[in-house]
Amino acid sequence: MNLNGKSVLLTGASRGLGRALAEQLARAGARIVMVARSEPELERIAAAIREAGGEAHTLVADVGRKQDVYPLAGAAAALVGPIDVLIHNASALGPVPLRLLLDTECEDLSHVLETNVVGPFRLSKVIAGSMALRKTGTILHISSDASVSAYERWGAYSVSKAALDHLSRLWAAELAERGVRVLSVDPGEMDTRMHAQAMPEADPATLARPADVAERIVALLADETVPSGSRIEAQSWRAA
Amino acid sequence: MIAVQGRPERVPIAAATAPRSGFQAERLLVIDPLTRRFGDYRIRELPQLFGPGDLLVVNDAATLPASLQVEPQLELRLVSVEADGSFRAIAFGAGDFRQATEQRGAPRPLHDGERLLFGSELAARVVHVDPQASRLIRLRFESSGAAFWSALYRYGKPIQYSYANQPLQLWDVQNRYAARPWAFELPSAGHPLTFEALFEIEKRGAALTHVTHAASISSTGSEELDARLPLAERYEIGTEAARALTQARHEGGRVIAAGTSVVRALEGHADRNGSVAAGSGETSLRLSSSYEPRVVAGLLTGLHEPGTSHFELLEAFAPKQLLLRAVDHAARTGYLQHEFGDSCLVLAGALLERLAA
Repeated sequence: MNLNGKSVLLTGASRGLGRALAEQLARAGARIVMVARSEPELERIAAAIREAGGEAHTLVADVGRKQDVYPLAGAAAALVGPIDVLIHNASALGPVPLRLLLDTECEDLSHVLETNVVGPFRLSKVIAGSMALRKTGTILHISSDASVSAYERWGAYSVSKAALDHLSRLWAAELAERGVRVLSVDPGEMDTRMHAQAMPEADPATLARPADVAERIVALLADETVPSGSRIEAQSWRAA
Repeated sequence: MIAVQGRPERVPIAAATAPRSGFQAERLLVIDPLTRRFGDYRIRELPQLFGPGDLLVVNDAATLPASLQVEPQLELRLVSVEADGSFRAIAFGAGDFRQATEQRGAPRPLHDGERLLFGSELAARVVHVDPQASRLIRLRFESSGAAFWSALYRYGKPIQYSYANQPLQLWDVQNRYAARPWAFELPSAGHPLTFEALFEIEKRGAALTHVTHAASISSTGSEELDARLPLAERYEIGTEAARALTQARHEGGRVIAAGTSVVRALEGHADRNGSVAAGSGETSLRLSSSYEPRVVAGLLTGLHEPGTSHFELLEAFAPKQLLLRAVDHAARTGYLQHEFGDSCLVLAGALLERLAA
């Protein structure tokens, strides 16, 4: 898929991997709607993208809130047209420091599931109908190695990412004959604010740079040989 | 049945007062002008009425939050967007969604050049007041791009209906396949269409395509304004739709429009021979019994009372007497009307096989 001219909706676009994805997608010629919960940082990054000749629009929304999702989808389509690529990057870690399941409040688990599973489901539902009708489109879920490995204290986040991976496979199965590709990507450990919050003791020098991971993800999006329903580890993936 | 001077009294069709949750259980009245019959179905049975080569065309416009409250006694309903980016709007006075539009108070006069403030982040300037109908204005918003759309979605609400039992939320007025927010009111024929049904229609060898049409306001509460409806509404027919329409035409497939907005876009854009090229434009085509459709063979729509413009439009597809009998049956057997109501398919030959079976 040539990303030039494609309309992309990207959540969690103000920091870390989301920011790097926005910058590189814009460089590839995509028309991007960047979403985050707060404006100033988001707008600053979008302004820099526009300065460099890219197309970037910003919408402030919390993907975990139903009241936010429909306005978000409507405004995005008004700005760049029907969405070709939807990237679910926003996610919530839950309270930090991370805690054992026995110390986790049910409400905290609910909140993490709202943001990391129900929110992406709702947004996909609003946008994938048009993709299925037009028989084109890509939905990308940003996952985590915590969705596969049972790391102590990563409970709420882990459970949500495992559910998100399976949601990705289910979308892929149901949309297999509709021309809509659905992928899940594990970006691996990166030097981001979220990683620092989860593992403050980690040495940033040992972690991947978000820009490098974003570059691989953009290549992955462009590579149509990657079958729908796949879960890919970005850091070990090589283009065919 | 109460008879007045030998004529049975017309029974009104009851209203569906809220979005419905009976997945595909909504009723479907099938009217066949060929056999002059009608029959009772459920929406889940719709795919059975499609055959190989048929083409279902839906309107993929999402519904805008087109109602803006300016003052407690002044509501503006956006009704169209103009080529220069300005919007046309109709003003409504005192009252709220519980009142029928014709019972709303007269809005205060609006003046050319007046600045309207909808909220701290959304303002517009009145740039034109219609000399014939002062409630019809054109306005230009002061913001554009993401700032405008965010603010419109923040301050705007979907246009409300007096028959609804509670205020409608933005998600109540979207079809499952909606994309760009072009519609000022829900293109409601598509509302009961599930993907279960759409995929099943394709499995039967029929095709599915879409146009985008800015379906607009259906009632203004003023007779003289209503007489000007439908206002010119913009539409876009993509290359994929044009290709599918051409194929159906060459292979003798029937084109079935989901909604009057689709009929208006296709018939308004077709050339004299009924061929439809990709393109966009505006249409204010008004269909009635004298109109002979050149593209659309069948229409999926809601239930409409005689005397409404929608009913008139149906007369382009079936004789009035048949429609009157069918609608009377619908009213007497509990079909529901309005945006979240039951459906009606007018399609020549739809009941042929049933008759033979």
